[in-house]
Amino acid sequence: MSAREEVLGRIRRALADVPPDERPADVPVTRDYLPEHTDPDPEAAAALLAENLADYRAVVHRVTAGQLPGCIARLLAGRGSRRIVVPRGLPEHWLSGVAPGVERLADAPELTHRDLDAVDSVVTGAAVAIAETGTVVLDASADQGSRRITLVPDHHICVVRVPEQVVTSVPRALERLDARRPLTWISGPSATSDIELERVEGVHGPRLLEVVLVTGTEPPGESGEVGAAGRAEEVGAAGGAGEAGERQEGAHDR
Amino acid sequence: MSGTYLGMPAFPKAAAVSTQQPTLRGNLTHATHTIREKRARAVGELADWSRLRAAGAAIKKRTLRHLDRYLEQVEERVTAAGGTVHWARDAAEAQRLVIDLVRATGESEVVKVKSMATQEIELNNALEEAGISAYETDLAELIVQLGDDLPSHILVPAIHRNRAEVRDIFRRQMGRWGRPAPEGLTEDPAELAEAARLHLREKFLKARVGISGANFVVADTGTLCVVESEGNGRMCLTLPETLISVVGIEKVVPSWQDLEVFLQLLPRSSTAERMNPYTSTWTGTTDEDGPREFHLVLLDNGRTDTLADTVGRQALRCIRCSACLNVCPVYERAGGHAYGSPYPGPIGAILTPQLRGTGTELDASLPYASSLCGACYEVCPVAIDIPEVLVHLRERVVEGGPATVRGQRTTLRPASGHAAERAAMRAATWALDHPGALRAGQRLAARSRRLVPRRLPGPGAGWTRSRDIPDIPPESFRDWWRRERGAGTADGPTGGEHGSDGSERGKGGAV
Ligand code: SF4
Repeated sequence: MSAREEVLGRIRRALADVPPDERPADVPVTRDYLPEHTDPDPEAAAALLAENLADYRAVVHRVTAGQLPGCIARLLAGRGSRRIVVPRGLPEHWLSGVAPGVERLADAPELTHRDLDAVDSVVTGAAVAIAETGTVVLDASADQGSRRITLVPDHHICVVRVPEQVVTSVPRALERLDARRPLTWISGPSATSDIELERVEGVHGPRLLEVVLVTGTEPPGESGEVGAAGRAEEVGAAGGAGEAGERQEGAHDR
Repeated sequence: MSGTYLGMPAFPKAAAVSTQQPTLRGNLTHATHTIREKRARAVGELADWSRLRAAGAAIKKRTLRHLDRYLEQVEERVTAAGGTVHWARDAAEAQRLVIDLVRATGESEVVKVKSMATQEIELNNALEEAGISAYETDLAELIVQLGDDLPSHILVPAIHRNRAEVRDIFRRQMGRWGRPAPEGLTEDPAELAEAARLHLREKFLKARVGISGANFVVADTGTLCVVESEGNGRMCLTLPETLISVVGIEKVVPSWQDLEVFLQLLPRSSTAERMNPYTSTWTGTTDEDGPREFHLVLLDNGRTDTLADTVGRQALRCIRCSACLNVCPVYERAGGHAYGSPYPGPIGAILTPQLRGTGTELDASLPYASSLCGACYEVCPVAIDIPEVLVHLRERVVEGGPATVRGQRTTLRPASGHAAERAAMRAATWALDHPGALRAGQRLAARSRRLVPRRLPGPGAGWTRSRDIPDIPPESFRDWWRRERGAGTADGPTGGEHGSDGSERGKGGAV
């Protein structure tokens, strides 16, 4: 008998107490837990998302669509990034402020893991973000790329559109996500508590996670801060307001 | 380079040895108390916790009562999504499957994500014997592996090691397996984590085969889910060309929606976080993203025997959060190694004797490794009534009776008067008493396991050497007996001679 037949046979014998006409739905599952634990108002959800992300040591920036290219450029410059990897479907204007000297690699199967290891930063969009848990979820869509590009580089800039992509809770997120896509749920930078249960951020994944919450839509070309790249000193000024009203939350300065 | 549980002594002896190690006990007390409070806060944030818990239990109950159907669905969906499904009756079959799959790739190295199922089947040893090096990549597993040690906690397998010990292990061992520890490595946890990052990065970039377990397998979509913190899981799940996931058959949940319950219950119960840093889900294979080949090995290894026991089957609901370990006074004193399996603490005390049977003294003693205080049940996110199962298994040990062993219905002989019973009684007394004055100089069983015979040489040999047995004051055992049998029972054991010859054995009968 094959292992399959034998294991299935053992299960059926083990379940001799289950009436033969019982269907799975006959075993009651009461879903009276809350669909969300927090105020569904979009602004409140975005604020909670920012707070919870920062609580787990992600660095959060809040910008308008017009400020986004300048913000990305400054974050890259602040990190001294010289080489970045970019998903194939990332909106082109998001990177319109990035200094010309910064080398861009497209996410492609030809890239080796070692190529990626030599990359400083990755810029992606997101599929959905969960306010209650401070989580961004990537689903490998065109603006997010293959899973490894947000894993091997040490710096991940993740852009979340507010309010469209923000949900309050885990149940709300799952309804929106497609199980057939490979998903990566990210709640802060990688961490470990394996030594005396003391939390240390940054083991194998990106040690710096910056989440940019962008509000409003602006057509390409009207973006605000093009050319702002290079003002490295502003990045990491914990909690400080950027020149163009951009806010950074989360005081984790690396 | 990895340990084995074979030939470990029965619980009370191993526990007695552990308690003599002030470092180990200090490490454990510190760690479990810290996480306990954090967990309570994380759970307290959710007003509907008890309803989530009830839903989690109900979903698992539904799954288990229709497990055959859900497994067939998993097989169909995973296959349709480009994966290959294999079935393993027991550890040996699972080992062979994995070895063959690795050999088919032509590789002799694999990277591994922490997985209870692969620890349970002692996969690393089997791979090593087959000439395949398996690198553990979870920080705590790396510490255990480099230290040639055994895990002592479900979630934090190196919980028994403090930072200075970790630094010494890294300094001594990293160079033997790859990139050495940086010069001047200190015991700062951040530096130690950085050393692990550097050491393992080399392995991740080169790895062509990854081996994982899974926290959940979703039947209606064929999706696997791995919950982790460090990113080593993501590395193993996405960088290799071939991914082999070894998963216990009880890990199934019926629907995608069910994850909404477990992804709330698990992180708060285990690491006391709103959400763990990384959760990965995947369904079969994806073009140009991640492994090109995906194999799912569905593991029985005693699970169907457990399922056949209508009281004991609830142990299969376990989502391995480790909350029950962290609140358990017996675990805190005994340490994880005393339980003689990768599943320590209360869950180990009910799961191991069901997966492996109660044929050895160690396994027969496990249901007694508890004071039945009930704290484990209180915190369990899937409401497993651990005390109920413990009492049930005690009955089975002492009275014998029908059970399923490797798929066959059999009648177990009562352990009354046998070595197994004495080991069990000793575990009970140990669990109920402060160990008091214990002999110094014993080494932790796990570390000295090379000195322990590979097989138990005969009944009783594991614990009958009087010098290893703690001196237990008789009163507490009588207290225990009264609690178990009800006050006023006349035929309890005579107290008095605990400690040297096993004379505290009960008279058999219901426990
Ligand atoms: S028995 Fe319950 S508390 Fe213990 S590890 Fe399993 S799920 Fe967690």
